[in-house]
Amino acid sequence: MNIHEYQAKDILRKFGVVVPEGKVVTAPSEAITAAKELGTSVVVVKAQIHAGGRGKGGGVKLAKSPAEAGKIAGEILGMNLVTHQTGPEGKKVNKVLVEQGLDIARELYVGITLDRTVGRVAIMASTEGGMEIEKVAAETPEKILKEWVNPVAGLRAAQARKLAFGLGLSGDAFKNGVKFIMALYKAYVSTDASLFEINPLVVTKDGRVLALDAKINFDDNALYRHKDYFELRDLDEEEPLEVEASKYDLNYIKLDGNVGCMVNGAGLAMATMDIIKLNGGEPANFLDVGGNASPETVENGFKIILADPNVKAVLINIFGGIVRCDRVAKGIIQAAKNVQINVPLIVRLAGTNAEEAAELLANSDVKMEVATTLKEAAQKAVASIA
Amino acid sequence: MSILINKNTRLVVQGITGSEGTFHSDQMLEYGTNIVAGVTPGKGGQKFRDKVPIFNTVADAVKDAGANAAVIFVPPPFAADAIMEAADAGVEVVIAITEGIPTADMVTVKAFLESRSTRLVGPNCPGVITPGECKIGIMPGFIHKKGRVGVVSKSGTLTYEAVHQLTVLGIGQSTCIGIGGDPIIGTTHVDALKLFNADPDTDAVIVIGEIGGSAEQEAAAYIKAEMDKPVVAFIAGRTAPPGRRMGHAGAIISGGSGTADEKMAALTAAGASVCESPAVLGETMKGLLK
Repeated sequence: MNIHEYQAKDILRKFGVVVPEGKVVTAPSEAITAAKELGTSVVVVKAQIHAGGRGKGGGVKLAKSPAEAGKIAGEILGMNLVTHQTGPEGKKVNKVLVEQGLDIARELYVGITLDRTVGRVAIMASTEGGMEIEKVAAETPEKILKEWVNPVAGLRAAQARKLAFGLGLSGDAFKNGVKFIMALYKAYVSTDASLFEINPLVVTKDGRVLALDAKINFDDNALYRHKDYFELRDLDEEEPLEVEASKYDLNYIKLDGNVGCMVNGAGLAMATMDIIKLNGGEPANFLDVGGNASPETVENGFKIILADPNVKAVLINIFGGIVRCDRVAKGIIQAAKNVQINVPLIVRLAGTNAEEAAELLANSDVKMEVATTLKEAAQKAVASIA
Repeated sequence: MSILINKNTRLVVQGITGSEGTFHSDQMLEYGTNIVAGVTPGKGGQKFRDKVPIFNTVADAVKDAGANAAVIFVPPPFAADAIMEAADAGVEVVIAITEGIPTADMVTVKAFLESRSTRLVGPNCPGVITPGECKIGIMPGFIHKKGRVGVVSKSGTLTYEAVHQLTVLGIGQSTCIGIGGDPIIGTTHVDALKLFNADPDTDAVIVIGEIGGSAEQEAAAYIKAEMDKPVVAFIAGRTAPPGRRMGHAGAIISGGSGTADEKMAALTAAGASVCESPAVLGETMKGLLK
């Protein structure tokens, strides 16, 4: 799960990670009040959307007076912000964060995530603040310092010192930097995060160390122990069909093609998308109906797929292990009765109870093409559109 | 022979009285798996289907029923604990089916297992099957056929697809391992390849991977350096958009790395027969075995 910068900073603050003072607002008048309250000679107005590259897209601006903060907030609020991460359609800005200006001496980078190769949390630090870390890793890997955390010992102070020295910090900035890194790790484990990115981490001229920007992703598997985080979800940031699908516990991701697909299992769902493409079609979505696919789930799957106006055919590919094919067949029949399916339907069911399923489908009045192999299914789906 | 499990495997089912545990224990018993015990804390002394003794702890199941493999159907909040309980009881092979275990819990499990000889398979996997001998997990047993091709895969149903293709072509399998789609898993592609390489009854291996992480690149490095047997490979997710998690917690292209194309290139360079289409895994293997 992704959250906004201002939400991430609120969380970090609770764990003693130093962040600039600021206030999130939704109207220019509120921005003026917020700037007055902050009282710094310069304030920063930052668009709050779930995407990086906001500065380059014109979503982050300096204001030298409360009035200017109000004017800039007026420009940014409601704008369609396009960055390299939003896609060409951009994202509408509904909130801005008004923050105190800082006297910045250096811009650094600190990130925390899981290193999958060793199964441990890794803390990465770099002097190349403000740059994309992937780019730094590709071009100048020696500029990335890494410390891996033993889960029993936790992050040791010696490791935080090593990183702070490595970043060239000294004096107060060194002490504050060590404190910052220790607090950041504590926040990471306490929140069950999957990614923390502080880019840039800034050092001010008076030796303070603050998170100028903050990106947090949570581990979805651990959200059950952080029920309060559900409130942080911003549905405006998500694809409406994906929000709808999540209500039904369906794992759906919208894509740009026209062959809708409903599959059980994530790997087979991806492979089904791939084989549609290989046969000259374009998948309209990823949809894993999961292990507990009941007739209701399948029907809901249909509703979601067919709500996408681009969909010109639907391919169902179920290999029955946990999900028995007869259950899926019942779902298809029930769905056909409840949902109007006005595009070609191609069904391939294999595995547990596949024969019963075929019989159920054959005896129903649902109009469909039946395929036995994966290749045949993909070919029929693509041909049905051509 | 085979790898990991065989007809001598004595299985304990952790979470045997839950709905998933019950359903799949019945399926496993029907397949002929030797389930010697179940564990549900508080239900010790009862029996599953009037024949399998239920114990309160895995340690009891090992001591009194001689269990040497465990399968875990415990819900996510308690699954990490169940894995560590099995390892602590000295179980040799622990297969965790549970999907949705928090990553932080698995970081702990991984560190916990470092000082122990227990091999973990999964979590978030369909399990392991040695056709005709022992099925541990949730895969449909009847699609398998005893034979000499090994299968290792991150996916569940995509593995069934590959197995089904092999069986239809008359090619049997030595052992099929679902290693799971989570960011932290006990047995990797490389671990499985090493076992298959050393198994005299495995002639060739199908490797199925997907986007995210670098396990397939590591497998490619192993294949190039050590593998004596032919490998057929497929990577799912060529059409997956970057930055999106494709169902499996680990299936995500991040920062431009972990793409299907880079994994396919690495495996091709290592000498594996990489399939562009998931529909030709069986026939590609058939071609290699001629």
